[in-house]
Parts: sequence; C-alpha cells; structure tokens
Amino acid sequence: MLRYLYADQLSAFPRLANSMFLDRADQFKTRLNWDVTVTAKGHERDEYDDLNPLYVIWEGPDGRHRGSMRFLPTTDRTMINEHFRDILGGGTIESPLIWECTRFCLARGAESRIAAALMLGGGEIMRQFGVRHFSGVFDARMVRIYRTIGSSPEILGQLGTGRVQISVGLWEFTDAARALVAKRAGVSPALYELWFRRSFGSDMGRQALSA
Amino acid sequence: MNAHPRSRLDNLLEELELAPDIAAVQIASERLRDHFRVDHLVYHWVSAAGDQYGCGTYDQAWVERYLEMEYLRVDPVIRGCYQRFHPVDWKTLDWSGKAAQAFLKEALAHGLGNQGYSVPLRGPNGQFALFTVNHRCDDASWQSFTEAHRRELILCAHYFNTKALDFEPDRAPAPARQLSPREVDALTLLALGYGRAQVADTLSISEHTLRVYIESARFKLGAINTVHAVARAISQGLIVV
Repeated sequence: MLRYLYADQLSAFPRLANSMFLDRADQFKTRLNWDVTVTAKGHERDEYDDLNPLYVIWEGPDGRHRGSMRFLPTTDRTMINEHFRDILGGGTIESPLIWECTRFCLARGAESRIAAALMLGGGEIMRQFGVRHFSGVFDARMVRIYRTIGSSPEILGQLGTGRVQISVGLWEFTDAARALVAKRAGVSPALYELWFRRSFGSDMGRQALSA
Repeated sequence: MNAHPRSRLDNLLEELELAPDIAAVQIASERLRDHFRVDHLVYHWVSAAGDQYGCGTYDQAWVERYLEMEYLRVDPVIRGCYQRFHPVDWKTLDWSGKAAQAFLKEALAHGLGNQGYSVPLRGPNGQFALFTVNHRCDDASWQSFTEAHRRELILCAHYFNTKALDFEPDRAPAPARQLSPREVDALTLLALGYGRAQVADTLSISEHTLRVYIESARFKLGAINTVHAVARAISQGLIVV
C-alpha cells in the first residue's frame, strides 16, 4: 500500500522508515555509487531529509519499504536550486505550483509495478493539492524506468553522457497519462484515493464542522 | 502576445503586491474575500518565537480573544498545518478534543463559517504562516469551491507571504532572484511579440516546458501574469529588447 508521510511522521513507522533509508543507501551508494552520505546506522540521508519533506512510500505486506520518493516545495530550499543550477544553465526553478521530487528509490527486487504505483501516488498529490508540475533530478538508469512506467519527464537540462548522465526534468500528469500508469500499476484509481485520504485525513472533522 | 486578458484577480493581486503598508494589505484581503465570495479570508503569521500578526476579515473581537486565550496552542488548523506544505481542508483535521470543540464553538459564535481551507507557508528561519478562506455552506458546495479555486488560493497565499516578509523589520533584503538563461530567452521572445508556439519552436522546447519557464520567471519577478513579468524583466534590465 501507499503511504504519504512527512518526515516528522516517520517515527510512528520505524520499520518502514528504517528500511527506506537502508534501501536508499543500497540504491544510491552500493548500486549507483553516488556521492551520498551513509550514516552509522546504514541510512542514506541528506540535508533535505532534515527539511521535513513529504515522502510517498510503498509499504510491502511485511511492513517494509519497497519504493519511495521525496517531495519539497520549490519555493523553499531544493536540491535542483542549490546543487544542479549548472544543469539548468544557471538560474532556478521556483513556483508555488511546482514541487521537487527526488530520491526516487526502489528496493532490490521490487516489482516494476511499484514504480508505476509511486508515480500514481505523485499524480494524486498533483490532483489533490493543486500542484501543476514536479521537477526532479535523475540519472540515466531512471530514464528507462520512467519510460517503462509510461511517465517520462520533459528534460530541462543534462550533464555528462552515458551511464553517468544526470538530468533535470519536469513531469506533468494528464488524465490520459494517469490512466496509462494506473494500468501498469495494476491498482484501481479508487484505491489510490482511499490511500490518499487515509494519509491526509479522511473526513474525521466533518461531523464537528457540520454544526 | 498571447496573454490572457487581465482578470479581476490579477488586478487584486497587483494591488496586494503594491500595498505600501499593512492597512493597504488589509483592504486587499477584504477585496479578495469579496472576489472569492467567501465569508472570510485571513493571513496569519507565526514567527519561530511564537509572535503573531496577520490581517483579514475575522471579527476583531475574535482576533483579540484568540490572542488573549493563546488559542495558537489549541487551534486544530495551526496544529494540523504546522510543518506541512500541502493545502488543508478543515474537515480533515481533528476537532474531537474537548479544547478543540470549545474553541470551534466560540469561533462559530464569533461569525466564522463551518468550512475552511488553509494553505500553509514555510518561509526563512522557521517562519510559518497560514492563508485561510472560511465560509458557511454545505460540504458539497465547499468541495466544488476549493476544487475550482485551489491554485488561485495557493497563489494568493504566496502573495500575502511575500508581502509579509517584505514588511518584516530587520529582514535582510531578499537575494535577487536570478532568471535562468532559458527564462530570459522565453521572456525576451515574448517581449518581441512572438506567440507561445513560436517561442517554443524557436527555443526547441515544447509549449509545456515553455509554460514552466514562464511560470517560474513570473514567480521570481513577483509578477501577476505574463505581460507583467515581461514588463518587470524589461524595467529591471533583465532582458533587452
């Protein structure tokens, strides 16, 4: 199932959070050999994890992380604006209607439908929160994954070539794209809405406010 | 230029942006409330030290009561929005506690409506603010209102916050926001009278991407719309035509 959790809510899901940061170390350090920091606990964490980002996490039946991504508003500090301006040819991306999506991570052996499910989770954020685009930084390997899911970003800039190529891209999520990705994910849109409501509060206050 | 005609909201946001003092911001908030046809529209700032200020259309007696009773500690909207950055419908908040229920009852008695929608804002140095629209109506009407105006409300929220940050004493001037070369290219071509399709074609990007460059440039320039952004970029010497 999908969970949407701000960093300050992770402590209520220790198993999920621990396995997410371990899987991030496995993906970004061990497999991709990125220049990232791994803590004594084996967690891959960076400065943006301290800004109380919103994580979208796929939780397996065992309560462990299977895939995730991280969101921050571009009106505040973001990875692109602080570290990848050169890819954009200088300048920044800032808008209340654009959120940055980073650290797209899949656990080892995660089924490909989980990537699609995460994308749909992102799409749900756009639909419900008025976000128009996501911006993101990703490596060459992800280009193929995004294509497979059916949600390729528009490339704003690239640095390097081949396997070490880093790109800054931009996602939009049309209803048509949503339907396509939903098919890949094999989950009904109704279920997505349910997971979303579960995370962001159902209508628990409805009764009180109908007074 | 393929710009939309200026809407009433554009004019109101420009008034807000040009407001020289808090009194003018107050007037802008009243006009925006009338524009959205809601009972109340409020901007509420809370500093890291717990200082508060704001403006909007709540009854003054309620504002004073709120401060006097330190309702900041009780208000489910504050609790539910602090450290968040997604817009929040009040229905999704927890109003079940005894203190929250008493608070709600008192708020309603002071003329607040039963529906609310708040946009949390996170600024520099732990600054936290909320932009809220509040209204009395049924759930279905409120849902269609928030769905129809969500993005406009998010933009309004940012206009208020930018203004509030401008007014803050001791504030270091905001670092000048740099336009990216692509943003400069896009605005320059628009200034030269190219249509969006031509601009996109000239820059070898899709219209979709062009829209993002324009949107980002607009936000950085504090501009209401594309025409305004181009005018600002010219007046600030960022583009030359």
